[in-house]
Amino acid sequence: MTTGGWIFMVVSIGFVVSLISFCYFRVLRKPAAADHMHAPLDIDTHDLGT
Amino acid sequence: MSIKKEQWGTRLGLILAVAGSAVGLGNFLRFPGNAAANGGGGFMIPYFCALIFLGIPICWAEWTMGKYGGQFGFNSSPAIFGVVGRRSIWRYLGVLGLVIPVIVYMYYVLIESWCLGYAASFLFGWIDLGADKSQFTAKSVDYFNSFVGANQDGLMLEGSIHISVIVWLLVFAVNFVLIYRGLSKGIELFCRYAIPVMAICAFVVLIRVLTLGTPDPNQPELNVLNGLGFMWNPKGLQEGESWVSALANPKTWMTASGQVFFSLSVGFGVIINYASYLKRKDDVVLSGLTATSTNEFFEVCLGGLITIPAAFVFLGMAGASQSGTFDLGFKTLPVVFEYMPGGRFFGFLWFFMLFLAAITSSLSMLQPAIAFLEESLGIGRRASVAILGLITGLGSLFFIYFSNGLKALNYVDDTVGNILIVVLALVQTLLFAWVLGVKRGVQFAHEGAEMRLPFFFPFVIKYVTPSYLIIMLVMWVLQTLPEYAKKTLDDPVLKYSFGVVVVTTVFLLFLIRIGGRRWRAETVDKR
Repeated sequence: MTTGGWIFMVVSIGFVVSLISFCYFRVLRKPAAADHMHAPLDIDTHDLGT
Repeated sequence: MSIKKEQWGTRLGLILAVAGSAVGLGNFLRFPGNAAANGGGGFMIPYFCALIFLGIPICWAEWTMGKYGGQFGFNSSPAIFGVVGRRSIWRYLGVLGLVIPVIVYMYYVLIESWCLGYAASFLFGWIDLGADKSQFTAKSVDYFNSFVGANQDGLMLEGSIHISVIVWLLVFAVNFVLIYRGLSKGIELFCRYAIPVMAICAFVVLIRVLTLGTPDPNQPELNVLNGLGFMWNPKGLQEGESWVSALANPKTWMTASGQVFFSLSVGFGVIINYASYLKRKDDVVLSGLTATSTNEFFEVCLGGLITIPAAFVFLGMAGASQSGTFDLGFKTLPVVFEYMPGGRFFGFLWFFMLFLAAITSSLSMLQPAIAFLEESLGIGRRASVAILGLITGLGSLFFIYFSNGLKALNYVDDTVGNILIVVLALVQTLLFAWVLGVKRGVQFAHEGAEMRLPFFFPFVIKYVTPSYLIIMLVMWVLQTLPEYAKKTLDDPVLKYSFGVVVVTTVFLLFLIRIGGRRWRAETVDKR
């Protein structure tokens, strides 16, 4: 394993691990958002007159 | 029709379902082989470029158009393309979003059944490579050829029913039972359990591989570090060449783009269908990126560390250089597990994981066609499942019958994997960027989004991605089309295989024509 190999491996895996950590952190930090597709307020009741 | 019949249960479930669709055999078998053969670590430069400028932007475009079409009550590519493009030509071009998953399912379910069959073979000790190490590889090849009937056409359907046909029937039935249960209770529920189980299996095998050390003290050069080096050391395409020269070769970039495409399931017609079950205020940007990053994790972090190092440690460069999916997965790796301490258990775990990866993908290939049949013919789920079961069952039997050298399977895989998905991706990109309009598309993607699209997205999706795709297609036409046409015309099996693709396409175009009137009528009052 050359130094170049280590660099490519660490950077590639580091990038992917950072990306997936960022994404799941954002998705899971709001448990309600992760568990439910639609918050009650999102349901269009057609009575808001917008 | 405008009342949605189905919906995802949870956001996480949707993300895992999309990730499950993307994670497949390609992550563990195709990616490592491609990387090792096309520059090693250097391959990751074109790979990540293709991911950032091609894969992720098209993903976001698909998610957005899917959500857009879903607001009109549509869930299939032809109907969604029609409502986005507002011309019937787009509706007909949407046939690609059906042909691709349906055709791929026909042979993919077969490969999926091999994975389960191999898992059972390791579990019950059916695979026996003998005691003579010099014969391991030959016996492994024999086992594979006999398991899939690769020595002769029609072998699997002659006389008594072959074990692999029984496994195929079982896997086929499981797919349709799950798809019949519906989006939330079938696909989503299954993926919520399958993806974590898959990750655990992969981690166990990864730990085993990384702790192999130097299994044969007589061959100290065959160790894990050198195995990782074989995969990750930057190198040229030819011995002695610099790794930078590999980057200068267009082939490396084409291979990297093809890998990203195949891996992310973009241009498959699946994401657009899955996203169509979302509500207007549901997030697509973060969800799309999360599903993509999950796929990348399985591909780069697990696939990149397991397959090639394991093959190298026991079989050296010759074993690790096998880049074909079937060669590496079903001929070389069984030999690796035969050498490996506890190999039977790890072999079972590995092939069971591949089976889970495959079934989460094959399920996603059925859903677009189910949605389409329901929409175009106005029929219920039971009828659409029955019709699709008949079509894909017959198609699958075609590949089971024409099993000699796996010619039919490889040919159709090449046709769909190298051409049709690129064409569909181009159609989708043009539809999103030039017909729907980038500004409108971005605005719609941002409705309910939990993160904003990057500033470069509009420019990339409008100019860079289509140019990239057009270059890919032009290169294919110039380099491969003449040979492709010649071999299709010369070989009867390939001619029949091409016929399967054409007949399926024509049949689906006919159904689009039937569905077109209903869809037009439904959208008139909604615009």
